[in-house]
Amino acid sequence: MLQRFQNISFLDIALWALAAIIITVVIWGTIATIIDNPYNPQFWAETIVFGISQGSLYALIAIGYTLVYGVLFMINFAHGEFFMTGIITATIFLAQPMKETGFLDNYPIISLLAIAAVSILVSMAIALLTERVAYRPLRKAPRLVPLITAIGASFFWQYFFRGLYGSEVKPFPPFEILKGKFTIAGVPILKTHAVVIVSAVIMLIGLYLFVMKTKVGKSIRAVAENKDVAALMGINVDRAITITFAMGSAMAGIAGVLYALVFRQTHFFMGFIPGIKAFTAAVLGGIGSVPGAALGGFLLGMFESIGPALFLEGLGIPAPHQLKDVIAFTMLVLVLILRPQGILGERLAEEKA
Amino acid sequence: MKKKLFITLSLLLAVFVLSACAGSQFECEDEIGCVTYGPDEPIRIASAMVISGPNAELGLDSQHGVEVAVEFRGQIAGHDIEIQFEDEQCNSEGGQAAGQKIVSDPTILGIIGPSCSGAGVPMSQVVSQAGYVMISSSNTAPALTDPDAAWNPGYLRSCHNDKVQGKAMAEFAFNELGVTTAAAIHDGDPYTEGLARVFADEFEALGGTIVEFTAVNKGDTDMRPVLSAIAAAGPPELMYYPVFTAEGGFITKQAKEVTGLEDTILAAADGMISDAAKAAVGEAGEGMYFSGPDLSFSGELYEKFLDKYNELFGAPKSVFHAHAFDGTNMLLDCVEANLVEEKDGTIHVGRQALRTCLYATENFEGVTGTLTCNEYGDCADPKISVSQLIDGEYEAIWP
Amino acid sequence: MFNKSIDIRDVIINGLLAGLISLSLSVIGLIALLSEREIISGLFTTGHIFLVGAPFAMAYVTAGKVLSEEKSKALGYGLLIGVVASVFIVVLTTLATFFDIRRFLVNVTPVLIEFLTFGKSLLIGNILIVVMMGVIGLVGAGLRILPEQFKHPLTSGLGWTIILGMFSEILASRIRAFFGRGVHKLIFTGKAFNVVSATILLVLIVGFTYWNDLRKKDQPEKEEVNDQTDGTKKRLQRIKMGVFGVLLLIAPLLLGTYLTEVTNNVGLYILMGLGLNIVVGFAGLLDLGYVGFFAVGAYVMGVLTSEGALGLGFTFWTALPVAVLASTLAGVILGIPVLGMRGDYLAIVTMGFGEIIRILALSDLLKPYIGGAQGVLQIPKPELFGLTLLHPRHIYYIILVGVLIAVYVSWRLRDSRLGRQWMALREDEDVAEAMGINLVSTKLLAFGIGAFFGGLSGAIFASKLSSIFPHSFNLVVSINVLSLIIVGGLGSLPGVIVGALILVGLPELLREFAEHRMLMYGILLIVMMLSKPEGFIPSKVLQRELHAHEEPEPVSSD
Repeated sequence: MLQRFQNISFLDIALWALAAIIITVVIWGTIATIIDNPYNPQFWAETIVFGISQGSLYALIAIGYTLVYGVLFMINFAHGEFFMTGIITATIFLAQPMKETGFLDNYPIISLLAIAAVSILVSMAIALLTERVAYRPLRKAPRLVPLITAIGASFFWQYFFRGLYGSEVKPFPPFEILKGKFTIAGVPILKTHAVVIVSAVIMLIGLYLFVMKTKVGKSIRAVAENKDVAALMGINVDRAITITFAMGSAMAGIAGVLYALVFRQTHFFMGFIPGIKAFTAAVLGGIGSVPGAALGGFLLGMFESIGPALFLEGLGIPAPHQLKDVIAFTMLVLVLILRPQGILGERLAEEKA
Repeated sequence: MKKKLFITLSLLLAVFVLSACAGSQFECEDEIGCVTYGPDEPIRIASAMVISGPNAELGLDSQHGVEVAVEFRGQIAGHDIEIQFEDEQCNSEGGQAAGQKIVSDPTILGIIGPSCSGAGVPMSQVVSQAGYVMISSSNTAPALTDPDAAWNPGYLRSCHNDKVQGKAMAEFAFNELGVTTAAAIHDGDPYTEGLARVFADEFEALGGTIVEFTAVNKGDTDMRPVLSAIAAAGPPELMYYPVFTAEGGFITKQAKEVTGLEDTILAAADGMISDAAKAAVGEAGEGMYFSGPDLSFSGELYEKFLDKYNELFGAPKSVFHAHAFDGTNMLLDCVEANLVEEKDGTIHVGRQALRTCLYATENFEGVTGTLTCNEYGDCADPKISVSQLIDGEYEAIWP
Repeated sequence: MFNKSIDIRDVIINGLLAGLISLSLSVIGLIALLSEREIISGLFTTGHIFLVGAPFAMAYVTAGKVLSEEKSKALGYGLLIGVVASVFIVVLTTLATFFDIRRFLVNVTPVLIEFLTFGKSLLIGNILIVVMMGVIGLVGAGLRILPEQFKHPLTSGLGWTIILGMFSEILASRIRAFFGRGVHKLIFTGKAFNVVSATILLVLIVGFTYWNDLRKKDQPEKEEVNDQTDGTKKRLQRIKMGVFGVLLLIAPLLLGTYLTEVTNNVGLYILMGLGLNIVVGFAGLLDLGYVGFFAVGAYVMGVLTSEGALGLGFTFWTALPVAVLASTLAGVILGIPVLGMRGDYLAIVTMGFGEIIRILALSDLLKPYIGGAQGVLQIPKPELFGLTLLHPRHIYYIILVGVLIAVYVSWRLRDSRLGRQWMALREDEDVAEAMGINLVSTKLLAFGIGAFFGGLSGAIFASKLSSIFPHSFNLVVSINVLSLIIVGGLGSLPGVIVGALILVGLPELLREFAEHRMLMYGILLIVMMLSKPEGFIPSKVLQRELHAHEEPEPVSSD
């Protein structure tokens, strides 16, 4: 991409200088932290696990962004709300009553599966409804228009669910079997984190295989490539788009369950910020690419978790964790300066974006 | 039909002309002006709380406190009392807009609110300049009653100043619990930041050590990196995080899972004294301390208040209703004391008289204690208590 | 689609949909909240309107799909829709009476149930609601099949009466301000119209519309005559402009304090909208972090002028150029790293910049300089010739001047060489570059000029509020500004103004919706975009381009 500005060396210099400054600050901060060494190795190991766990949630949500972007080239701003709607409904109607009746502790696996099923179904229903009402009529509109309806849908669902269930934080009951920690290679890992990381990885691989190997997956890719040609080849474009939304929101529904397991509370506003983060992750990894979204999610989780301690602590910055989003976005800028299409984004930036 | 309409219209016109002719003997001598209510007009006050967005729960609770107070009062001099509800949105634009809206209505006597200090700063200015008076029920930022910072002459508050609460917590931690190392966390909200800072300063002044003064962001969920950093820096004997339910729930639950913080005493503030917060912290919150206004009132008034509240709105969701209830009663008392009534039932209230009366409030017996206002409108009975979550219930344990 | 006949199954589905909407509005608490707000005193409330709105509209639409000669069929369908829709409400009230569904759905309160059963017993209440919904369906269908010359006056009469009724609180306060308490009492009971005044209003509007429709029918020939005299037309235009100008100048007097305050807020958004319009509308660079420049302007103004500990002792007028320059500079500097990025990459990175600025303003790191969480307090109001500009109506004029400058600059830029370069850039970056357009300077100018107006808006904002906190500069502001320029019509200057009025002004007036305001905002965004995808006042150039691109792959046109 940078060749485009060959004739203007000033720009290259400016960009490289900026990248150099960011890298210098990061390295300087890191060295200072290491010399100062306020933390023991266990701290770093734990922090990395936190980062991976958080990152797997971002990855699962980011998949939805990337899939929808792949077929519709729109930023589905309401995707974070799909994540919220499923789990908050499952919390109110299943998890809390089941905890009170003792069912949850007696049959934890069945309960968990039921909660997951409800969460996925509600997320999907909301996603498909949103697609039908707010996106489908606008397929041919200028590309910023569906962005605005998506923003509208995001506000709508947030406040609709707030109206339904109220504005308080809804506690999600803890599972007895998931209490406590494992120790792997001297690093204590919370069982919930292990569950989150393992299920996220399984889901991501499963989804990747689905998109790459199955017939339906092929039709989605064909639609992403070119809608007209796909339609000529006998692919039902509307159906492929619907399936894409269903897949993306199912991932969000699962992410919701994993979120609830780790953080044990749900709230009508809980989808907004993870949604934005996941969008960032999708861009970081290269929007439109499924492995890219996963990688972006994990990286973002890591930056947020170890970034403040590693880069900023050594510089003597007060309250470094307040600045974790600054780190995340700076890293995004750095990556995009060096690789404007995102880490694993291939052609999209050139041809379609 | 037409005839009926005509008759009604002419009757209405006649009433209007007559009432205009009747004239009034009253002459307003108030410096700022008077509010006049006709014989059948309700007395109007406004409630301006945060009733949308993530903090709506607190604002609604305060608003209900106002409603209960009005419900109890019934009528003043034969006039109903009407509340105008506004939303200050917990930010300065919202506070200013709500303030401007209220002061553009000349029939409103006074304002209870706002909830958030951020909204209080501009609202206090707008309201004071227009000659109105306001009593905030949950603005605790010290600046608001500091004449060198953001104080304005129409501003009072029925809740405590952060300075008092932060200090009380520091004293409790150092003297009662005997801890010497502590950490403080805020979430970038002016309220929590102010409170955490006062706590940290007072704790150090007492001779303790603050091992880490740090912050998270609103909307953060994963607090473990911050908590691990605190653990690595100390670990402190006590951790004070005067934040709100969502973030507070995360910190409490995750602190128990972070290596090094298992034995750290957890403490929060009144933003987390609510049923939702209790549920949010769950088992992890057992034994945790909370600073807040002393709400261990068992008084008859509070019982009565709670009954009414339950009847109208269900169980209260936080503790901010009590200050709003007291604030409303202070205001209505002063209205009662300063109204001039005419024979036909018309009443007049002087705005400066109302202000003077409120600033002069002394030994007002309210739910939150005995309130006495100082010259800058700090009225709360600065009784801060510390309660502990024992078996899932808040129990006052100090002083 | 309109001619396609519709069978009973579709009708029932439509009825169910309508019922679902009414049910949803009930269980989220909107209906109960609005049931306290009377439109016509003693008769009905906003809650009723929202309760029956969906069945009414559905009956109206469905009746339109029936062949025009089958009048009784249309009416029957309308009735059916109403009755089917009411089933949901009946189920809700019945369930709520026998089970504690409030445990799950917090807003199914006794107040709501009382409202839905008209305060009667469950059985009678349910019968009443079925009857009422049925009648509403009947009326909706009946209205649809009326002959055109009656339909239009009646619908607009009903519509306007209800709309005016919903805004009657503001209307009432203005009427009281101008005509005194007596007239106010004559028209309103409390905040709502009384039956008599509402009837008069309805009759007046219906009558006027009817007359106006008749007049329009005779009109067409006359207008052609007008067209011939070009001079008259121009003069008429000038008179119109003059009247508009005078109205703008005296607006604060007419509007009163509160509406002026609302206008000021709208004005600040118009300023931001005009700025962002240059970046997004003219140059096609999707910027989601525009709030950053607003923040820079506000903070520079705040820190330079504050009378508190942080302040540097500037006055408003000396700080204004500094603030605006600082944000322009910020626009250019932040523009450099994103020069090579397009589309959504640009969007996310600019959003990141906006967030970075907000977080830095909030951080403990910069607290000693810019106040951190405690914000900047004691920002003085502007002074002019010894007069402190305290009141909203004073600030109004400052904002008005700002907006006029921004409109003028945007307008001149649009038709300038630079404006055409931006347009070329928006159409196709590669082609633009091949044509010899310097991408770097063109883009940076767009970012810089855009940030200029953002900063101006921020500077006025700081002084207007007299205190600023980091929370005022979150992502939602960027989203709002972007939404308003797209709702108004991307690239169109009047569009920005209309967009701001709709998306900033209207929600401000809809404070009654209280906690449901954002819900209404969401619905508003979706409905506006579905009904007018090109925006309210589309820019002519963009419109032409849009229709040229009518092929199925419009998304790649960036």
